[in-house]
Amino acid sequence: MNRPSSTTALVLAGRLEPRTIESLDARRLLRRFAPPLVFALLVLGAWQLYVVLAAVSESVLPSPVEVARALINDRGTLAPSAWTTLSEILIGYGVAIVVGVALALAVSSSSLVERAAYPWLVISQLVPVPAIAALVVVWSGFGISSKVIVIALVSFFPIAVNTIDGLRSTEPELLDLLATLGAGRTQQLRLARAPSALPYLFSGLRVAAVLSVIGAVFAEWVGSYSTGLGSLILIYNNETATAAEFATIVVLACIGIALFAAVGLAERTALPWYRVPRAVPAARR
Amino acid sequence: MKALEARGLAKTYAAAGGNDPLQALSDVSLELGAGEFVSLVGPSGCGKSTLLRILAGLVAPSAGVVFLDGEQPEVLLGRVGYMPQDDLLMAWRTTLDNVTVGLELAGVSRADARVQARAELARFGLEGFERHWPRALSGGMRQRAALLRTFLAGRNVLLLDEPLGALDALTREEMREWLLEVWEADRKTILLVTHDVEEAVFLSDRVYVMSGRPGRVRATVDVPLRRPRAQELTTAPEFIALEQAVRAPLREARAGLV
Repeated sequence: MNRPSSTTALVLAGRLEPRTIESLDARRLLRRFAPPLVFALLVLGAWQLYVVLAAVSESVLPSPVEVARALINDRGTLAPSAWTTLSEILIGYGVAIVVGVALALAVSSSSLVERAAYPWLVISQLVPVPAIAALVVVWSGFGISSKVIVIALVSFFPIAVNTIDGLRSTEPELLDLLATLGAGRTQQLRLARAPSALPYLFSGLRVAAVLSVIGAVFAEWVGSYSTGLGSLILIYNNETATAAEFATIVVLACIGIALFAAVGLAERTALPWYRVPRAVPAARR
Repeated sequence: MKALEARGLAKTYAAAGGNDPLQALSDVSLELGAGEFVSLVGPSGCGKSTLLRILAGLVAPSAGVVFLDGEQPEVLLGRVGYMPQDDLLMAWRTTLDNVTVGLELAGVSRADARVQARAELARFGLEGFERHWPRALSGGMRQRAALLRTFLAGRNVLLLDEPLGALDALTREEMREWLLEVWEADRKTILLVTHDVEEAVFLSDRVYVMSGRPGRVRATVDVPLRRPRAQELTTAPEFIALEQAVRAPLREARAGLV
């Protein structure tokens, strides 16, 4: 967002298409990602140094190098487990999106439905997921479906609530204007309420992406006999294979980061208008 | 036959939360001949916006009738062009797709709608900006885009609620001359709400002055100034006299509010 003012001025003067700025981003990409990378390298270095100098046992705290070695050596186990967990997450996340958006549309379709359903939607989040997860396993067994259900249960809520807020966020004056142009309720939804809800939906999707990874690990802990990364953590933990356990966590983190980044990319593609710099301070509201 | 006529419009909002019922409008009558430019001025809170929303068919009056071309339409909503105070451009649509939304809703194909819109871009000072997002437009351009959206929807009567209110003084002066040019070319029937007396006299054939709450028409001032009009006119003695003729009842109306 922090574009240098000279670039912005050129865009405003109409001499530079907004698209051209993207190519100037390469330099700023470095400026953005270099500090966290250097920071990570420093932390890893200190960690390595500490483990070596203090002669910490590998079963208590493996060094980064040992974790890296475990990543390579155990790739035969890690890769299929990662695939299992990733497919659980993708399906569960997909179900959460469908359910969350459908709920949001239903709740905002009429004030009666909203008053009837909204409090229960909130209350549903007060029930601890561990309590539900065990039940889900009883109902749907140890297969992938119980994981999908638990993941969907923990991640639909931010999607639903954000989308509801988004559908409510449309200026009533805009809906009036569209009505004078002949738009009925469905067209108002299509032209105004749905598009103005999209940024909110994406905020919900980001939170849900993080929650879905947590949900997957948890679901595998409760309904075991699975080959996913969550189960692998338990197995390695029992074997005190700490370096391998760390390696599993690294893979899980990568899945989480990739999912989060994918949502960000989807947002930038779907909402090209959302981060356009403003020409003038917003007119008085 | 009048293009738009309102007879005895009143609006009372029901009591809510321990408040007394609020009478926003009382016995408002006005008329606009086809192709006339008429303004409505009044102290803030006099129900100008409520009146416009009634005429647009968004709010039902408590009493009174609205006639279009001498007939009382079954459904008023959608028959009259309406431009609210904010430009309300949709941030997720390009300028071109914003101005064509009325045509799109009227069932015109996207390609045809774009052809019609492109033909008007230059006149509305938007040429070269059709692919810009509204955020990247200046305040004046946004208002012109909002006006083009209203024009393209093709209604003969346009209700404009302080279309220049959010602009800085210089842009306003430019915009009102431009607005006159556009109006003189198409001769739509325009009812413009404003709180700027100079603007009202400069633009209009007739100015209605409304009183404070409950709003009613307190004075009608005809503006027989020659057209086309240019900015220099605002310093002419006859212009200033007309401004005074509008200001006097307005001042009394404002005093009556307190």
